[in-house]
Amino acid sequence: MNKKCECGRVNPYGTEVCGSCGKPLADPDSNRLLNMRYEGAARRSQTYSTSIIDKIWNFFSSVKVGIGIIIVTLIASSLGTIFPQEMFIPPGETPEVHYAEEYGALGQVYYAFGLHNMYGSWWYMLLIAALGVSIIIASIDRFFPLYKALKSQRVTRHKSFMKRQRIFGTSRVEDVDHTFEAAQDLLKKKRYNIREENGHILAEKNRWARWGPYVNHIGLIIFLIGASLRFFPGMYVDENMWVREGETEVVPGTSGDYYVENQGFTYEEFDEDDEIFADGMEASAALQFEETFRTDAVLYTPEGPLGVDQELEEVDRHPIEVNDAFHFDDYALYQVDYKLDELKELSFEVEDTETDEVVGSFTVDLNEPDDTYALDNGEDVRIHSYFSNFYMNDEGVPTTENDVPDNPAFIFEMVNPDTEALEHTFLGIQANYNVSPDQEENRYEFALDGLDTNDVTGLTVRKDNTLPYLIAGGAVFLIGLIQGSYWPHRRIWLQRNDGEVWLAAHTNKHWVSLKKDIDAITKETGITAPRDQIDDEYEKGEDKDNS
Amino acid sequence: MSLSMTLLTIAFFFYLVATVLYAVSVTGRKWRNKEGRITGNNWGLFGYITAIGGLVFALGYFVTRWITVGFAPVSNMFEYLTFFGITLSLAFVIIYGIYRSNVLGVVTLPVVMLMIGYATVFVTEYQPRQPALQTYWLEVHVLTTGLAQGILAVSFGAGVIYLLRTIDLKGKKITKRTFGVEFIMYTFMTLFAFIVLTNAFNAFGYEAQFAYVNEFEEPAEIIYDLPPIFGPNEGELLSSDRMEPWFEMPDWIDSDSLNTTAWAFGSGLVLFGAIRLITRRRIGTLLQPFVKRVNPDLMDEISYRAIAIGFPLFALGGLVFAMIWAQIAWTRFWGWDPKEVWALITFLFYAAYLHLRLNRSWQGEPSAWLAVVGFAIIMINLIFVNLVIAGLHSYA
Repeated sequence: MNKKCECGRVNPYGTEVCGSCGKPLADPDSNRLLNMRYEGAARRSQTYSTSIIDKIWNFFSSVKVGIGIIIVTLIASSLGTIFPQEMFIPPGETPEVHYAEEYGALGQVYYAFGLHNMYGSWWYMLLIAALGVSIIIASIDRFFPLYKALKSQRVTRHKSFMKRQRIFGTSRVEDVDHTFEAAQDLLKKKRYNIREENGHILAEKNRWARWGPYVNHIGLIIFLIGASLRFFPGMYVDENMWVREGETEVVPGTSGDYYVENQGFTYEEFDEDDEIFADGMEASAALQFEETFRTDAVLYTPEGPLGVDQELEEVDRHPIEVNDAFHFDDYALYQVDYKLDELKELSFEVEDTETDEVVGSFTVDLNEPDDTYALDNGEDVRIHSYFSNFYMNDEGVPTTENDVPDNPAFIFEMVNPDTEALEHTFLGIQANYNVSPDQEENRYEFALDGLDTNDVTGLTVRKDNTLPYLIAGGAVFLIGLIQGSYWPHRRIWLQRNDGEVWLAAHTNKHWVSLKKDIDAITKETGITAPRDQIDDEYEKGEDKDNS
Repeated sequence: MSLSMTLLTIAFFFYLVATVLYAVSVTGRKWRNKEGRITGNNWGLFGYITAIGGLVFALGYFVTRWITVGFAPVSNMFEYLTFFGITLSLAFVIIYGIYRSNVLGVVTLPVVMLMIGYATVFVTEYQPRQPALQTYWLEVHVLTTGLAQGILAVSFGAGVIYLLRTIDLKGKKITKRTFGVEFIMYTFMTLFAFIVLTNAFNAFGYEAQFAYVNEFEEPAEIIYDLPPIFGPNEGELLSSDRMEPWFEMPDWIDSDSLNTTAWAFGSGLVLFGAIRLITRRRIGTLLQPFVKRVNPDLMDEISYRAIAIGFPLFALGGLVFAMIWAQIAWTRFWGWDPKEVWALITFLFYAAYLHLRLNRSWQGEPSAWLAVVGFAIIMINLIFVNLVIAGLHSYA
């Protein structure tokens, strides 16, 4: 049920202060200060509360609820930093064991409550979602009434509106016209917009700052929507790859469209005797100071039909460093890790124990070993088994952890030309055993003769098509934040009533600065300084305390 | 001493003199002008000029060090803490320009000095920057964030003044509010005592070397820069003429850090207790003469204004620039690294502050407490997260 104000404006149901003349409608006879938040306009959340939708709306439109969600998110976020998150614990460790061993009983509790993987948990996501809903509803609930009220405000305000402003004063001056002119000039100089009506003045500045909060909330919503787009297929790629020097590997996550070659890896440390940094490096607890690590990468794409005829065609090349990724298509290759001096080749010598002569040597490429190697005496060495990263499993059977040659071991097989018996030799790092099936003495003995290493680069493959939305959201957010924070919305009303000058003023923040503007007027004109009626209320309160 | 460190030392003394001048201005007599009217005094103006002088010398330190190392000196604990001190003094100079509050200088400039003093506890020599920091994003991200934190710290200063001004500290009864104010004072004492102690032992070249057994059950050596109250696991003192530890710690405790922490809080407690015993009053009451003529509303507004200016800057430097750089250097704009999380917490906290202030009952004293907590969160992110929680930002 809409109400018609005496000034002629029809205000929507729930309005507390007339949107046009400012007459208090809610408690017209009181002389308490007017609540100027949202101009006393009718907000849906303050007006209806019967249906379920009303109740949900009212819940999320409350700033108190919004702050509650912020505080809960804040506390939850801090809990997640007590111990490292699961993604930061050493790879290959079982979380359940790791947290218990490393951090004791507290670690177990941490793990049991799921805090080790908190930021991806359903309830943390739910908190963020609730925050988003709260932002949307609270903004809609306030923006439209506020916008309409500020748009339709008239210069001439109701007397009780003036009286019930926080800053209000009346004064008698000699020449009202002259005083108004002087005040108007002063306010213009202070970059107020002046509107006149019936001889009254409304000086207003920076009204647009009031839209700042709503603009920044829109930015936040765009950002949150952008962030949630990651869960849609095709928007996001996060893969890791290791490429040895001289090798070409398919780039994971690109459906085989791209291959990358590591043409060489460079690693440099700062010079210990550096003129500027030597003292600082010595004083630090760190053992090494990396200066650069870089992969000279070449990007290929396959040409021609699948099969033997398919060839790799160079697309681009780029030296990849930290802070300087290799961008192509929607993807980027980042330098994230490296492994220096990984074993690449092992060389072996074979001796005939009957003649004590070296009968040949061979070199095994640890990443692509051959099946057999021919010796100078015409005999063959066969690789019976190859364990690139050797260990004995629980049943005592030799096995490999993975295909990275960190601890290579072999079982070589030869045939004794005299007895035709199979000879097996187990050879690894600091290990050399006869493991022949017949358990006889071996005729041929193996010895490690040399090794060669290479560097391996660790790259991350990234595609993130959500970035444009995040950039847009972030930009809008910042614009709104600055708009709302760096300019205060100030209004000063000057009225002539029965030969008196009435002055009232309102600002959404920084009252001391508003008073400075008013001080300038009272200093230059005959208008006496208005009172800050909050001080009056404060003093009344103090009297009560004392009595 | 290098030119840059000389300039920083000079700046430090300027800040000290400025503090004294401001203290005189708020307690001293008012002056009369030629017509015999009381107009206040000019000590505040002298204080302001001296503070600006300190800022100029501090910026001189910053620029000369930048030229020497070739990048903005904000890449380790010493450099960043010093920079934080400088931005705080810069923020003070700006906000003083708006509100001319002398008492603000009495509180913020000592914090500036404490910050720079605390910085010298860490390695002050030039250190090279690791590959991830070798980009102009270091300057873009860290300079903006540091400036924002300096401005936010002003809100803390104004908040403390508000509390000292409005809370009755003379009464015998211990309340939450008197305890809170005294706790802030104790924190200052701790920082002060710790800085004096470490610099004193450092000046005499104190070192106590131990052979001990580390957490991997391997023999290792460690050097203490403060007398060992808490010794390392199975520690054997190698230096002569040094005191034996009172307590031996198990291997899973970082005994050196524990020892340092114990010294800091212990010496703070001794200093705090001594002053309380001698004066037989709360420390806060000793500061109250400086604030008795302060308008609380003005302090509330300064505190709020500083947050209103600092918050968007913090969002820009501490989150937006941080995310852009993280995307460039670490492949992802956000990775839940502890430092990132605490930047988010700082952001959320001040966001909550700004929303709470919409309600008039949260203005004034509650806001002042919040400003104190906000500063505590910034310091946690700066010190605790860097030194204690392992993450990508753990440098120095």
